[in-house]
Amino acid sequence: MQLASFLKRRTVLKGSGLLAAGMAPQNGIAAPIFGGHLKVAGVVGSASETLDPARQSMATDYIRGRLFYDGLVSLDDMLNPQLALAETLDSDGFVIWRVRLRRNVRFHDGTVLTAEDVVFSLLRHQDPSVSSQQYALAKTMQSVRAISPLVVEIVLNAPNADFPAILGISNFAIVKAGTKDFSHANGTGPFYCEEFAPGIRVIGTRNPDFWGDRPYLDSIELIAIPDDMARHNALMSGDVDLIATANPRLVQMLKEGGFGIIESPEGTYTDLSVRLDQRYGRSADFVEGLKYLFNREQIRQSVFLGFSRIGNDQPIPPESPYFNHQLAPREHDPDKAQFLLKRSGFWNEILPMVCSPAALGSVDIAVVLQYSASQIAQKIAVQRVPVDGYWTQYWMKASLGFGNINPRPAPSLTLGVGFASTSPWNESRWHNAHFDGLLSEVKSTGNDARKRQIYWDMQELIASGSGVCIPNFTTSLDAYAPHVCGLRPSQAGQLMGYDFARSVWLRGNRGRAT
Amino acid sequence: MKNSLPKLIGKRCLAAATSLVFVVVTVFAVTNILPGDATDALLGQNATPQTVAALRHGMGLDQPIFFRFWSWLWAAVHGEFGHSLLNGLSVADAIGPRLHNSLLLAGAAALIAVPASLFLGITSAIWKDTFYDRIVSIMTLGVVSVPEFVIATIAVYVFSVRLHLLPAIVDVGSVHSLGQFLYAFFMPVTTLALVSLAQMVRMTRAAMADTLSASYIEMALLKGIGPVRLILVHALPNALGPIVNAVALSLSSLLGGVVVIEVVFTYPGIAGLMVDAVSSRDVPMVQACALVFCVTYLILTTFADIVTILSLPRGRKA
Repeated sequence: MQLASFLKRRTVLKGSGLLAAGMAPQNGIAAPIFGGHLKVAGVVGSASETLDPARQSMATDYIRGRLFYDGLVSLDDMLNPQLALAETLDSDGFVIWRVRLRRNVRFHDGTVLTAEDVVFSLLRHQDPSVSSQQYALAKTMQSVRAISPLVVEIVLNAPNADFPAILGISNFAIVKAGTKDFSHANGTGPFYCEEFAPGIRVIGTRNPDFWGDRPYLDSIELIAIPDDMARHNALMSGDVDLIATANPRLVQMLKEGGFGIIESPEGTYTDLSVRLDQRYGRSADFVEGLKYLFNREQIRQSVFLGFSRIGNDQPIPPESPYFNHQLAPREHDPDKAQFLLKRSGFWNEILPMVCSPAALGSVDIAVVLQYSASQIAQKIAVQRVPVDGYWTQYWMKASLGFGNINPRPAPSLTLGVGFASTSPWNESRWHNAHFDGLLSEVKSTGNDARKRQIYWDMQELIASGSGVCIPNFTTSLDAYAPHVCGLRPSQAGQLMGYDFARSVWLRGNRGRAT
Repeated sequence: MKNSLPKLIGKRCLAAATSLVFVVVTVFAVTNILPGDATDALLGQNATPQTVAALRHGMGLDQPIFFRFWSWLWAAVHGEFGHSLLNGLSVADAIGPRLHNSLLLAGAAALIAVPASLFLGITSAIWKDTFYDRIVSIMTLGVVSVPEFVIATIAVYVFSVRLHLLPAIVDVGSVHSLGQFLYAFFMPVTTLALVSLAQMVRMTRAAMADTLSASYIEMALLKGIGPVRLILVHALPNALGPIVNAVALSLSSLLGGVVVIEVVFTYPGIAGLMVDAVSSRDVPMVQACALVFCVTYLILTTFADIVTILSLPRGRKA
């Protein structure tokens, strides 16, 4: 298989710029301008911020990662893998993958990218002491070796047609071979790391030797403002140009003030998972009854203020080309829910439901569900627990508990991580041999029609059998000042999949304050 | 009389050191009782048993708690505060710039608040129950009753969002001149000064009014001593103890108790660092921050105690 060569996004933009040349500059249509300093405020900033791609786990980490590093592959707005540091990517039955690297790509220290760097960058994830976020995925690479100075051969332990998407995960970015000290970033990315003060700020300056299309900005500054109000104030007062995660309640006010909003239809979802191997989940009636109890539209309106898409209890979002359209979301049906819950034998019991602000919106969803339940005289005890340690202390441990799942770059990954029998992140402990078989089949299928069919079947299996209830997919909101241009929604997540710095430009060419 | 002074200070310092040990033990114990550890903050949802085990081993979290505390204490006694569990940076390096920022903010606020509160407190005690006293009382009571985040948020809304006069966030990195300092620090410093000022004014006024109603002041007045000499030489030394104590308490809260101000203005201070360290269970960082706060508090209160004792002849004999 050979991937299409890297789409020249810049050429397309230049073309539209020429068309608009005769017209007065309008929002986003004017020809992009080079230069300027962009100040961005993310949400989470802490001393645990890192420049080590393997350890990146927060939004601000991912943004930094995309500023300073590149992967072999990058993911576009539709989550399709595009070649980046790889010039070609071929496979033999999806098991053996050969990567030929671009020539003359330079790290920020001036050294040239070689196969050795790629081998080091990929294999270090398998060392537990590196504590990589992608340890489990990295373990699927049986061997990674350099065949020639520019060719790397990766052998997987099982066929995986979606391996290019895995290489597009920003944790798998390429670092210089032998790098141990990550207090400074030495990548191949479009910006140099000028300053990195964890929890305070990061400054990047344009890399003149960047191998790809030249970024428009001269420099970029990234800070974190965890407080919602302070972040919006900073945008409105002009202290920052762009903020991640705008509060849905403030969207209208921002729009009226002339600020722009990017609504990115991500595949992120907050779900209620019922452990199928514990008390309640052992009854299929109980799980199904609970799914009918969700008032999905009410959750959309009151929890997400309209900024979400209705979910149908399976993890593939509606925007995906593999989304099963025939699988309609369950209607809110109190009678059916009551009937099923009564038949399960748990009706009249007080159901303990664990939620936390750690799982976005889960407390509110639990309350909406509690209300729906009260209509049919079913009692739910909402147990709100703290953010700290939620993922290790509560998540996947409670019989009825909420999770918040970020999408993986390919459906097979999302489905595999959350629902394969052997996956440690199988939230509801759902075991389905048919599903597992389909998963391994889809990974070795190159035929798109067949793939679609398998994905549709898998979605049906999950929606009807698993203990995971997915009422909504969240829509991420970012806000920007009127002079910021070139931003667009992306399925890859907020801020164009954290990759906005390569496309954004500033009208009026604002310099950097001294 | 002079011989007893070093002994007195020595006793105070001993008491301070005991409190310090108590604080360190408590903070260590409490941080470890909290559910979860630093591996949660690093690995989060993607944690696997292998990476958690390797990470815990690398951080030394697989060792018994007493051993961990002892090795931390041993190193701390030798001036080595260890490394952050999260990013491996030395704790001293991480705290250094943050402490500098916090001291800058607290210092600037104190520079305004202390003289202003002494002036307001003493004058309103002198003109007790006059119109001036009422105005000062109402204003200080008003400021004390409004939480600082309300003052700060309203200030940001008016001066930054509406008028575009001052920045909504403090960009410490861009401060290179006095003008830039005033521009960046005006709002947080004013807010902090207002909040700490109110308490100091009330304490100063109370102490001073109490002293001024004493019969020896009346005696001095009858002897024909002028008002300035009466206040500064006769009344103030006797009111100094409570005033200095109030000032010391207010100042110590300026360093550690400003989390809210740090959040509203996104100010990279040490209080925020500690909150962050607690939520990510970064024990060495929590310990070091607690030490900094505790030492500051002890220095200020010990200083206040000594001043109180020295200002009162009967205290000196005790």
